Amino acid sequence: MIEPALAPLDVARIRADFPILERKINGAPLVYLDSAATTQKPNVVIDAIGNYYRTSNANVHRGVHSLGNEATDAFELGRRRVAQFIDADPAGLVFTRNTTEALNLVAASYAREMLQPGDRIVVTEMEHHSNLVPWQLASERAGLELAAIRLQDDGTLDMDDAERLLKPPTRLLSVTHQSNVLGTVNDLATLTRLAHAAGALVCVDAAQSVPHRPVSVRQLDCDFLAFSGHKMCGPMGIGVLWARPEPLNAMPPFQGGGSMILRVTLQHSSWNDVPHKFEAGTPDVASVVGLAAACDYIDNIGLTAICEHETRLTKRLLDVLTTIGDIDIHGPLDLTQRGGCVSFNVGNVHAHDVGTILDRTGIAVRAGHHCCQPLMQRLGVPATTRASTYLYTTPNEIDALGEGLAEVKRVFRV
Amino acid sequence: MVGFSNTTPVEDDLYREIVLEHYSHPRHRGELETASSRVDATNPLCGDELSLAWRVEGGRISGIAFSGRGCSISMASASMLCEALDGQDMATAADIAARFRSMLLDKGPSDGLGDLEALRGVAAYPVRIKCAVLAWNALLQELAGTAETEP
Repeated sequence: MIEPALAPLDVARIRADFPILERKINGAPLVYLDSAATTQKPNVVIDAIGNYYRTSNANVHRGVHSLGNEATDAFELGRRRVAQFIDADPAGLVFTRNTTEALNLVAASYAREMLQPGDRIVVTEMEHHSNLVPWQLASERAGLELAAIRLQDDGTLDMDDAERLLKPPTRLLSVTHQSNVLGTVNDLATLTRLAHAAGALVCVDAAQSVPHRPVSVRQLDCDFLAFSGHKMCGPMGIGVLWARPEPLNAMPPFQGGGSMILRVTLQHSSWNDVPHKFEAGTPDVASVVGLAAACDYIDNIGLTAICEHETRLTKRLLDVLTTIGDIDIHGPLDLTQRGGCVSFNVGNVHAHDVGTILDRTGIAVRAGHHCCQPLMQRLGVPATTRASTYLYTTPNEIDALGEGLAEVKRVFRV
Repeated sequence: MVGFSNTTPVEDDLYREIVLEHYSHPRHRGELETASSRVDATNPLCGDELSLAWRVEGGRISGIAFSGRGCSISMASASMLCEALDGQDMATAADIAARFRSMLLDKGPSDGLGDLEALRGVAAYPVRIKCAVLAWNALLQELAGTAETEP
């Protein structure tokens, strides 16, 4: 029997902050277990965006009028707030559309432009397409070698393989902090030490970690870190690249246009200081304001408390999946090695069939390849079902998933 | 708490018995060595992969087979396609395919579609329609291409 879990957070009060959680889906209360895809938004974030447009909207870094100045202040205040959230210097914080664009920026302006033919980029077998395809593109263009650290059967990285690959001519390691499929939290301390010892820089895809656990770029000692606003209660369309000053100052621009220049003639241009050098065109100011509000919201509750809450939910989730039986869980079972994102297969039932049956009773999970086709090939499955938690997830919702999976087994006679 | 017993229909509108039966015991599954036409279909969104092959003799489909992997709806639909089209002349095959698509996409009539009617319930699940029509779209695409090259 599974013991009822005690909620360390006041989850009922938190849930009241998220209007969408009152929705019914197909006649049943929404059970939202797809926060790894995108999280729901609290009223404070929705209101911050609305209030910005109602009271302060103007273009930023242009002109002298007061409203423009107010908008610029809101934008730069947002930059400082988001930098504080990851313990970073705001001068190294570049706003992008999302994690994908942040990683493409590093691939285009660092890997493609600053590495030499024959240099090696190392990724892992568990990467999201957004932390694989940009490096493939850069490698093809710049004659770089691309290698992937192998995955072990328990869903963790083969550190012997990492040691083998993190040697010259490796110049860059780009690795996910927490797998969006397996939930594995990678040993970044060891990987970073190995990479730096080999003279390589370290780029971290933190899309699945920054929203769920305290992340400090100083402690990680990485060189680049990318994440998205929409996976941490913030709006869609805003992402972050943080980088150390050394590579950032040396890198050529990613895109050209307004804001990123210092002086322009018909033939030549010179570049603005970082981070503005990498922010061409009018930015999504409202989303920066919304993301700053999301940082406040999360910090008020506390990332450590959120992380503990999710660990408890993950334990319950793993227990429920094990109790039901005939379920293959992918990724580590050790709670110290994983986050609140669990992928699994129910017998031979395809993930889409699982997803459809769950959706009929309002349970939202992700079903598919999760933008990780090489990982699916490694796991030997076409697709998986993924349930993921966040600060508003309740133990009852985990139990509802369990009932839904029992129904899947009944329909498909597993 | 969410109670399944109150919300799940007794008779499953999507996973009809005959659909699940085709899924667990697919007909015409395998390779067709003597195929005259072969077409691959993929659904990059869900990773479904399907190959359909058939042989035409005297204007009729004299052999048909599919292989691949995917969800119950895409696999059952491919199995039912093979069963429905085996032995048919090409005009009838194209007509069945068009009517099957119409049943799902335009909620058109299912008269004369036989077992294929069992997939009608998919129409109520918009995200799953693409699974049901995967094999059929591939077939129609190939037939259209063949028609163009053989005026």
